[in-house]
This record gives sequence, structure tokens and C-alpha cells, in this order.
Amino acid sequence: MYRYDEFDREFVTSRVAQFGDQVERRLAGEITEEQFKPLRLMNGVYLQLHAYMLRVAIPYGTLSSRQLRMLAHIARTYDRGYGHFTTRQNMQFHWPALADIPAALADLASVEMHSIQTSGNCIRNVSADHFAGAAADEVADPRPYAEILRQWSSVHPEFIFLPRKFKIALTGAERDRAAIKTYDIGLHLKKDAEGRLGFAVWVGGGQGRTPLLAKKIRDFLPEQHLLSYITAIMRVYNLYGRRDNKWKARIKILVHETGAEEFARQVEAEWEKLKDSELKLADADIRAIEAYFAPPLLVDRPEGDEAVRLARLDSKSFSDWLDRNVFTHRHPDYASVTVSLKAIGETPGDISDSQMEAVADLAEKYGFDEARVSHEQNLVLPHVARADLKAVYDELVEIGLATANIGLITDIIACPGLDYCSLANARSIPVAQEISRRFASPERQADIGELKIKMSGCINACGHHHVGHIGILGVEKKGAELYQVTLGGSGDENASLGDIVGRGFGPDEIVDAVETIVDTYLAIRADKSETFLQAYRRIGPAPFREALYGREAKAA
Amino acid sequence: MKILAANRLRDGEAVWFSTERGWVRRIAEAEIALDKEAEERLAAAGQAGKRDNEIVDPELIDIEIVDGSVRPIRLRERIRAAGPTIRPDLGKQARPDFSAAA
Repeated sequence: MYRYDEFDREFVTSRVAQFGDQVERRLAGEITEEQFKPLRLMNGVYLQLHAYMLRVAIPYGTLSSRQLRMLAHIARTYDRGYGHFTTRQNMQFHWPALADIPAALADLASVEMHSIQTSGNCIRNVSADHFAGAAADEVADPRPYAEILRQWSSVHPEFIFLPRKFKIALTGAERDRAAIKTYDIGLHLKKDAEGRLGFAVWVGGGQGRTPLLAKKIRDFLPEQHLLSYITAIMRVYNLYGRRDNKWKARIKILVHETGAEEFARQVEAEWEKLKDSELKLADADIRAIEAYFAPPLLVDRPEGDEAVRLARLDSKSFSDWLDRNVFTHRHPDYASVTVSLKAIGETPGDISDSQMEAVADLAEKYGFDEARVSHEQNLVLPHVARADLKAVYDELVEIGLATANIGLITDIIACPGLDYCSLANARSIPVAQEISRRFASPERQADIGELKIKMSGCINACGHHHVGHIGILGVEKKGAELYQVTLGGSGDENASLGDIVGRGFGPDEIVDAVETIVDTYLAIRADKSETFLQAYRRIGPAPFREALYGREAKAA
Repeated sequence: MKILAANRLRDGEAVWFSTERGWVRRIAEAEIALDKEAEERLAAAGQAGKRDNEIVDPELIDIEIVDGSVRPIRLRERIRAAGPTIRPDLGKQARPDFSAAA
């Protein structure tokens, strides 16, 4: 894992002191809210319905055990004993007092964590595939490049007041587990014919009010040009991105209105001036950062196959969990384990302080001290010997985190919604919980197969509803909650935006509507191997509309 | 009918204004403005609260009276007055002095 150098340490520590002073002056009335608000936002502090909210950055979703323990400490000491993992691989605390936040940030700094640039119109925390450095299908670990981008973008004077917020995601595999096409910039790390590393560069994706998928503006950018090329993109955006209208200020609008081809031409022209500048990365510098991400020394543990085979025979629940929550590692004796934070009826992404500590212990004991946060709001232990899987499973059962539902209908993404968020128009969590309870039966979930439900409580789409196989958007209509449904979205390498199926549903109708959609799929699928998304792409929305709206749909 | 809502500066807690008691943590104690003049008085109190750095984001919100209790029209404000609907153990609703605002 990356470790802070002297510069990083000094930078984060001085920022904590600076913000502590700003909070003190605010509480003493020496600065106004108007003056203070941009300062607190730059440090990840929001004001929500019930309290302040502190958003802590988890760069590329990677955590050590001691960092995870520190998040537990923050939850227990300054909050209400839990935290919430977000779709941006960050953690949010929903109850800190403003006066306590500097102390919390000082504690976080002691384990090389911070909240810098988790808000504001700047380059935000860079996210990455949660199986990075472990997945069998990966070309190379994208995290060293994410770390280079983190260092470069932190308080970058040119890009700290952009037209709007800016998010970058990376994947190192063909299978996109980081939803890069929904990002301002998505980078797909790959090799060219000569075996050199570089990126396919995707620009202008985003959800929110105007959902758009990113366009590929370069098929192969050699790795040493990462910063010069991204700088060229940022410069074009900074120059032409709209600042007069918040709803048109993201780069996706600029790319859409300019046209991807012309936008790419502008970027290439800008890049010509930059490509041989000091922004060109020296091979030694890339390799030095890469060394921090060197994989743990994975000794052969060939006894794993037999251990797993026997344990499967012994326990169906373990066997089901293996089939759902365990992912293929590049080392055949190891596996990546997804710890579901979607227990039936619970809040997606929420985790208690003691659960965080227990997962930290597991990571320490069985997982080379490493955990990951997925954008789907689960935790991952990336390197676990197959011989240890049963022990890990048993301990997860003890702490209520062994739900075998990854990729299934109860593995729902949901934003905090109107239960916490001041931007929300409707609640997300209670709907997610009710869907989870409705489809609680493991047999029924297994029969339905892969089905990703994603829901947001407002148009900002933190819950990624546009790319849900079933997407749910909560709106407020005449003072009541109303839920709009989209179908056929996907956030992977074959990304698509969902189609609005029809009029919305009230809070007491939405779960029935989801069930109708699922039953319709079960009735129309070619066979059990055809997933919901495949069936939808083959047949389209008509049978779903018919099932949901009946005669109403025919009349229309 | 309107009341004046805000968040307390030091901890962000939702509060409402009462001329007698100042910024109160229970919506039941909020002062109700029945006419334009009373609304203006509340709005002025909000500006004063901001100036004195007691509260932030003061806002007049619409309410109705249901069975003798204050009930905000918008769900957002009802949730603010009680706490997260999915965590009855947290927020104002978890306190012994909480009375459901209808």
C-alpha cells in the first residue's frame, strides 16, 4: 500500500491545523457562514438534515486494517457508532458536531487519511476497481496511476475551482467493475501490441440530471503521458466548461455539445504543447509508486482446493456464499472475498464500529492487512488463501456479514436519501430495505440470478439509478414521495442508460412494481441462463410496461 | 401557517425559533406565524440568529396543526423534526422528551 512520505504528512497535518483554526474562528463568530462554507466543503464537511456530515476519502477504495480500525474509532468517538460507505468508495459519518471535526481529522491524519477534496468543484477522490491488484482478469494494477493522480490533483492550483466537481475512475481489466463510463474521465489500463502499458481514455460520462455515457477520445495513451494528457483535458474543460449554469457545468455537457471528435481534437492540440513538458512521467517515478502497491508475498497454499471441497460438502450455506461472494484471484490458491453490507433488511453500505473492527481483524489475520471498499457499497478482502475461506466465512457469520447475495437482487445500491440528505426529495433506504425483505429467500434470489437494483433519492443520482438493471429514482410530487423506474441500465464495460418505464409509483406501490418486473422477467426469459439484463436487451420494455400498467399502456 | 427552522451552528442539530425560549430543539415548542407580519418577525429572528452565529440556514417552513400538534407539510421537514425513519434509535425521536409531531 502507498505510505505517506514527508511531504504528504506535512501537507495533511498542516491542513488539519488550518481547518481547526477555521472552525475555531467560525465558532467564535470571526468568520461568517458564507465565508466558512467553501472552506468546510473543501474539507468534506456538509450540513445535512439532522447534523453535519463528514465525508472521508478512501483513495481508490484501499484500506489497511489500522485505517479501518480508525474509521471505527471515529464512528464510536465522534459519531453514533456507525459509518456509511458510498458509491464513490468513501465513508460518510452522519452525526459529527462541527466542534469535534478537527479532532476527528487529526485522528484520521495519524493513519494517513483525510477528507480533502471530498467536496467542492475540484478533482475528487480517484476511484478504482475494488479487485485491483488481485483479479485474475487484470492486465495491471491501476492503483499506482490513481495514486499519481491523487498526488497531482491535491490542491492543484489550476484545477481547484473548476466549473464543477470532477471525478476520475480507473480499471485495469476488460471487465469494468469501476463504472468508468459514468465518470468525467474513465481510464482503462491496458497493453498495446508491444506489451507497453497505457490507457484508453474515456471522457464526459456522468449521471445526475443529464445522464450521458463517456466517449472514448483516445484508444491508447502511453502511461508516461498520463498527467500531460489529463492536464490537456482539464485545460480544455476549464476554458470552455460552462460556469453560468450549474446544471450544464459538468464536462459531460461540454463533450456532448462540442462533439467527442472535436473535443478530442482540442485536447490533442493542447497536449501537443504539454506532452514533452515536466508533466511527462519518468519511468523511474512510475515504478517507484508502483513499488508501494507490490502485491503481498503469496505463498503457495495448494491445500485450499481440498479444504474448500470438503467444507462445501459440509455446509450448504458456505457453498452458496462461495458461489456468490468469492471472486477469482490471479493466484490459484487465493481468492478475493466480498463482504456483503447488504444483510436482509439492513441499510445498504452501513457498518457498525464493531463490525469495522472485526473486518479489520479478519484482514489482518487472513488478508495481508488489506481491505477494499467497492462502489457497490460492500467491503472486499482482496487476498485470502482458499484454505482460509471457511475460517473467514465462519467469522463473518459471527458478526452478521456473511450474506451470500453479491450481484443478486438484494445487493442493492442506495444513497442515504431523505432520511439524512438535505438534497434528497424522497427516501431511498426504506425502499431498499423493503425490496430486500420481499426477496429475502436465498432460493428465490438464486432463481432470479444477477439483477442489480440501484436507487437514488434525488436527481443527482448518487445511487447510480441510471445504470441499474432496475433503477429507482425518488422524486417529490405534490408533497409526497414518488418513485420512477428505469429498466436496462448497466454500469459495466457494456454500459447503458436505463429507459424510463412509465409513470411513477407511490411508496406503497414501488416494491410491488419491482416484483411485477421481476415476475415478468422470469416469465419471458429464454432459460435460466439468460439474465435480466440480457432478456431486457433482447425483448425491450413492452412486456414490462404491459405488466405494470396493463390497459393503461395499451391505450397510450 | 409557518414556523422558522434552522440548524444549530456548533453541532448542526435542527432547531426552531420561539420568541420566549429562543432556538428550541423540539418542534412542538416552535412559534407559529399566522400572518405575514408574524412571518416577517420570524424571518428577522432568523437573520439575527445567523448574525449572532447561533444558527445557519434559517428557513420559514409550512406547517399545519393536526390533533393539536405542529405538523410540517413537507416530509423533509417532518423527518428533520424526528430523525431518520429507518433508525428510530437516533435523533430527536430517540429522546425521552420527544413527542411525535403527528
